[in-house]
Amino acid sequence: MTYPSQAVAKPYFIAALGLFAGQIIFGLIMGLQYVIGDFLFPYIPFNVARMVHTNLLIVWLLFGFMGATYYLIPEESETELHSPLLARILFWTFLVAGALTILGYLMVPYAALAKATGNDLLPTMGREFLEQPTLTKIGIVIVALGFLYNVGMTVLKGRKTAISMVLLIGLLGLALLFLFSFYNPTNLVLDKFFWWWVVHLWVEGVWELILGAILAFILIKVTGVDREVIEKWLYVIIAMTLITGIIGTGHHYFWIGTPEYWQWLGSIFSALEPIPFFMMVVFAFNMINRRRRNHPNKAATLWALGTAVMAFLGAGVWGFMHTLAPVNYYTHGTQITAAHGHLAFFGAYAMIVMAIISYAMPLLRGHGATSGERSQKLEIWSFWLMCGAMLCITLFLTGAGILQVHLQRIAEKPVGFMDGQEQISLFYWLREWAGVVFAIGLVLYLWSFFADRKKIAAPV
Amino acid sequence: MRERFTKSTARNIFYGGSMFFILLFLVLTLGTVRALPERDHRENITPAVALGKKVWEDNNCIGCHTLLGEGAYFAPELGNVYERRGGDNGGKEFIKSWIAAMPTGVAGRRQMPAFNLSEEELNAVAEFLKWTNKIDTAGWPPNIEG
Repeated sequence: MTYPSQAVAKPYFIAALGLFAGQIIFGLIMGLQYVIGDFLFPYIPFNVARMVHTNLLIVWLLFGFMGATYYLIPEESETELHSPLLARILFWTFLVAGALTILGYLMVPYAALAKATGNDLLPTMGREFLEQPTLTKIGIVIVALGFLYNVGMTVLKGRKTAISMVLLIGLLGLALLFLFSFYNPTNLVLDKFFWWWVVHLWVEGVWELILGAILAFILIKVTGVDREVIEKWLYVIIAMTLITGIIGTGHHYFWIGTPEYWQWLGSIFSALEPIPFFMMVVFAFNMINRRRRNHPNKAATLWALGTAVMAFLGAGVWGFMHTLAPVNYYTHGTQITAAHGHLAFFGAYAMIVMAIISYAMPLLRGHGATSGERSQKLEIWSFWLMCGAMLCITLFLTGAGILQVHLQRIAEKPVGFMDGQEQISLFYWLREWAGVVFAIGLVLYLWSFFADRKKIAAPV
Repeated sequence: MRERFTKSTARNIFYGGSMFFILLFLVLTLGTVRALPERDHRENITPAVALGKKVWEDNNCIGCHTLLGEGAYFAPELGNVYERRGGDNGGKEFIKSWIAAMPTGVAGRRQMPAFNLSEEELNAVAEFLKWTNKIDTAGWPPNIEG
């Protein structure tokens, strides 16, 4: 750790991992509800478990992005953070607001929560991924503004690198596009059309800029390759991301009431969307091969390489699989979507956050480049367990999805939804067991922080 | 080669390319918004339909169901449920009585919570789903089972 103010990243990382653990617990609950329909009913109905699962995902990734930003911006800008105090205040604000929201989901019926938080005045709730109470949404905007101010001021007074500019553009886009979550017209078609401006333009747009910037930062640190080379790659990758991804939004506009020309536009541009992810794989391996030093933090290097590979598989390959309109006509809204969603989010975003945590935490804790042999070993185990389990989850859900499409939409005598679900329950059981393995991997990752510090490597 | 494709070339491709596609997207958005009235039959959005959407959102129905293929995959697609359950011959009545009868309480089966909706709210949800059913969705879903 070169700059003392980087220390504010630490609570963000800890909170991110805590919320991640919560996300996985609720994932396991939902997985079980798929096969034992009344599990925990009526205390935790499926819709509540799902809201908690997806909202925790979004929030822990945001914590991770903010922690990553606070860690890397001072080093990139070669100056202290504008206001570490503001960063700490915003941390507690966001954490308390997030925790209250999750408790609200769990303790009172959603309709009661909506009523209590002013959803009648400004209805924004009850839409997938945007279930946060309007009050929480306003809180998120305030936290985002404070965060951007803090980071922006830091960048302005220091060195401006490509990495910090790309990261800033990504974060700015994230905040601006979130404003569309306040637009909720009565007309469902319009509602859905602009809902994707948050959802798609986040995960297949501006978040990828954040991902690219963090990945480039880690690669500079662990390979020692010339900054010019890495930043050139970064620009090319994110250029391709936006060139393909913006019109690629069209693959969500096939069947929600929008004109048919989106079927062509969406198909063509989303067929190109794997390109930036493929470039990311080539980039990461290329940089590792050209490295000028062997960084002792093998686990962080592994997470960085793994991010590129798994993001390519999840977002690129699994996305492409059902993104052409004639294919999507049959797979839209099935378990195929769930399979793609799981691998894409894990590969692209969960893994990049774990990569930066793996890299930064030993330094933040004053351990040097790593926290010792034992913790490295545990982390590498956790990497393979989590990645392997997530690949299995994806494959099982894909199997479930193919069968679902056949039974419900293609077979000579199509069966109803629930009949189909019962016939594919084997895949859901397999998914649940893979989920248990994933949870074990996560436990190992967390455990690595408590591994003994006696054999800590010398600081680099 | 390396000199010809410099970092600033890459940066210009990023800024130029993004700008171009953002503008194109805005133009397409304008085109879509202008074409929508012919496809979304907004003239049929009554106060009941509007209330139905509000009740739908206030109870987080999307947390289990899909609507036009988007949402959770735990419970059936509802974009065409009006048609599936009888259409103009009892579709509305089916939807209302189904919601009112929940949960089924069958052991091991997926359960839909009791939302304790008023008669007006039940009617509104049914009206909302009826309206949704008649959006021009380019022929999706592939069949009545959704």
